[in-house]
Amino acid sequence: MLEFFPFKRTIPFMSWGKVTTAISLLTFLFSVWALWDKGLNLGVDFTGGTLIEVRTSQPADLNTIRTALEKTGLPEVSVQSFGTSRDVLIRLPVKSDANAAQTSNRVMAALQAADPTVELKRVDFVGPQVGKELYDNGALALLVVAFGIMAYLAIRFEWRFALAGMLANMHDIVIILGVFAFFQWEFTLTVLAGVLAVLGYSVNESVVVFDRIRENIRKMRGATIPEIIDDAITRTMSRTIITHGATQIMVLSMLFFGGEALHNFALALTIGIMFGIYSSVLVASPLLLMFGVKREHFIKPVEKKEEAVV
Amino acid sequence: MNRFPPWKYILIGFTLVVAFLYTLPNFFGEVPAVQVSPVRTSEKVDTALLGKVESLLKASNVPTSGVELAGNSIKTRFASTDLQIKAKDVLQNGLGVRYTVALNLVSASPSWLSSISALPMYLGLDLRGGVHFLLEVDMKAALEKAAIRYQNDFRTELRNDKIRYGRISREGNVVTVHFATRDQRDAAINKLGTTFTELALTPEDLAEGFTLTARLKPQTETKVQEFALQQNITTLRNRVNELGVAEPVIQQQGANRVVVQLPGVQDTAKAKDILGRTATLEIRMVDEQADPIQVSQGQAPFGDEIVSSREGGNIAVKKDVVLTGDSITDASPGFDNTSGQAAVHINLDGKGARIFRDVTRENVNKRMAILLIEKGVAEAITAPVIREEIGGGRVQITGMETAQEASDVALLLRAGALAAPMQIVEERTVGPSMGAENIEKGFHSNLWGFFAVVAFMVIYYRIFGLFSSIALAINGFFLIALLSMMQATLTLPGMAAIALTLGMAIDANVLINERIREEIRAGSTPQAAIHAGYDRAWGTILDSNLTTLIAGIALFWLGSGPVRGFAVVLCLGILTSMFSAVTVSRAMVNLTYGRQARLAKVSI
Repeated sequence: MLEFFPFKRTIPFMSWGKVTTAISLLTFLFSVWALWDKGLNLGVDFTGGTLIEVRTSQPADLNTIRTALEKTGLPEVSVQSFGTSRDVLIRLPVKSDANAAQTSNRVMAALQAADPTVELKRVDFVGPQVGKELYDNGALALLVVAFGIMAYLAIRFEWRFALAGMLANMHDIVIILGVFAFFQWEFTLTVLAGVLAVLGYSVNESVVVFDRIRENIRKMRGATIPEIIDDAITRTMSRTIITHGATQIMVLSMLFFGGEALHNFALALTIGIMFGIYSSVLVASPLLLMFGVKREHFIKPVEKKEEAVV
Repeated sequence: MNRFPPWKYILIGFTLVVAFLYTLPNFFGEVPAVQVSPVRTSEKVDTALLGKVESLLKASNVPTSGVELAGNSIKTRFASTDLQIKAKDVLQNGLGVRYTVALNLVSASPSWLSSISALPMYLGLDLRGGVHFLLEVDMKAALEKAAIRYQNDFRTELRNDKIRYGRISREGNVVTVHFATRDQRDAAINKLGTTFTELALTPEDLAEGFTLTARLKPQTETKVQEFALQQNITTLRNRVNELGVAEPVIQQQGANRVVVQLPGVQDTAKAKDILGRTATLEIRMVDEQADPIQVSQGQAPFGDEIVSSREGGNIAVKKDVVLTGDSITDASPGFDNTSGQAAVHINLDGKGARIFRDVTRENVNKRMAILLIEKGVAEAITAPVIREEIGGGRVQITGMETAQEASDVALLLRAGALAAPMQIVEERTVGPSMGAENIEKGFHSNLWGFFAVVAFMVIYYRIFGLFSSIALAINGFFLIALLSMMQATLTLPGMAAIALTLGMAIDANVLINERIREEIRAGSTPQAAIHAGYDRAWGTILDSNLTTLIAGIALFWLGSGPVRGFAVVLCLGILTSMFSAVTVSRAMVNLTYGRQARLAKVSI
């Protein structure tokens, strides 16, 4: 039998509480700082604007393209290479004039005048109003998912579990956003979808541990709560690593083969998976302990009834 | 202990066969085709047209690899894109303007699969290439346009009743009429209040005179806006038909937006141009004195113009314009009260009504033509005979054969022009090479990820790992089969979601396998361990999948475009994985180990 984690003894995770809380707090504060200081590099999906991806037949000369575009009189055009040397990404900020939809046509006309072989790969134009709506809906989705999951956990377990699980997951989300802000990676709609998927996915981890804690509370009559939690984490450890490993394999496959379109999505998921493991084990469970989970929360007054009969 | 009743195996077997059948069409690829569909939605495609298409192609020596009637269109398959383009030209010239002839790709899967509606997945624009537009209707302008109409109507009505008024001013969508005396104003309230019940009228006494302020009632405002949106959608549909796009999507989004998706369209400049164009509608008299032979040869008598008619042939119309489409406030299909024939009811504004009354009085028993002018080319939609003088601005056109045709004419009358200006607020264009590239990337992400997971599972859990891997592959089949059955749109984020759900689906099997190992370690017999493993893991699997499902549903609800595609696949993937990872893998385990009463060891 091949085993990665042949743990014979229970690992005293709960006794490391101070260290893990300190680590969490530091990464969390770092993320908040990055978000506050640098802010997210929002893509055109959220800010509005035009993004044009073109492919040239020869390695692209960015300066020629810039000069060609300057002649169009369009302001603040940013030109950069994208992925390969033949792929060029052109960004234009949203303009107040009503004819914004024609921008991409003007850009393509200018580019093709300079080099007829230029091939249009993609245009994303988002009006400022639509961008704002996508932003608002994204924020709303984040809240709805968080509260939906919390409500589910509260019904299925208990409010302390719900709160602990949710805080642990929000911690993951803030860290993903923080890392994106720190490295100024572009935050697009697809990345948002990834972040929300992480929220649903990494709560799985907490659920599995919580399930064990509940089961242990019923089984391990003599044990204290920290012992019960330690046992639950130790026994689910192997599964945790393997499951996340499998998901990570898929995500890595997207990172390597999925191209630029899925690159940041895969990055968000990678961070989410890494911190998902950490937070569900070392954030959710200490929080649970802190909220004062007790045996009585699960073993309901069966004994009392018996006494009454006697 | 670990045995399923036979019906369970049969059920699993049945779902596998169904899943396999519906996955199959995705592997056949696509062949070039030409799609012929009528411009008017009411017109039905029949075998006669099918025969015409076949004979046209035969006459020009274009070999086809199959002609079929599909829905309300005819699809002709070709062996190569050269033949396809040649065929398009032949058909376009042969069939004329009443049909849209568009290049398309159709599934190369055999017809018996299509006959059980097993179709390949519907690919989103990011995978097949094309343009997506989100257009916003300027509702403020729509309301102002309505107010301008009322401004004119007031003038006409007051003048007809000889009620004296000062001036009629408009600010935004509020119309104010000024009067010199209170009596005049009160008379106007009576008159206008009974004629325009959809307006809220408020009198006001000012130092410099008496006024009457008219506003649209809230429900009328909504009606005006809905009407504007519907009219714009109809207009867009007509225009898109001209572009010759095989499977356009035009639908309402929210209260004031329209989504237009044009798969395969590359020339976005042309698409934008056509969508933004303005068409006009005109009503003119038919020249009854014109020589029919000259007319059919296209020679216009002096002062006339020859236009083609939708009813067939040419007609000569006078150059003088009786009315333009601006005068039509509404057109709706209905029935003639006396004869019960299908009819179209048209409402004209005040000025239009007056002109129409005068013209019809002078031209009883003559024909009048309703023309649609686009790109400078006029076409008669219909040319009915005037039976009597028509006053009151309510016009009825009969002569339609069916109720469907009546509603079509009504649509066309409304659809001639945009009711309110529209603006493109979102555009997403994906080039054809990019689409193919995205498919390839998405496919490779899934393939290599899948093989890596399988390799790991088999090494780590051996036979049970193999079972888990097979269950995972079956999950993939289920997911693709479901997506194909529902004809849900697959996008690149959707492909990412397939990869992600495959990665997450293995979680259920890991949970089960770990539980079985644990039970064995605790000293259970293999049979008892398998039983307990599946049993105890189920609660956890359910909990963890439901939380992800919550996220998926919220994403679907609040997401748009690509995010929605991601959410659909995520939700479906969770549902299929619960079945495949638990029931299907259990069936395999039961078939292998279930019969051995004295099972000493399992490979896990």
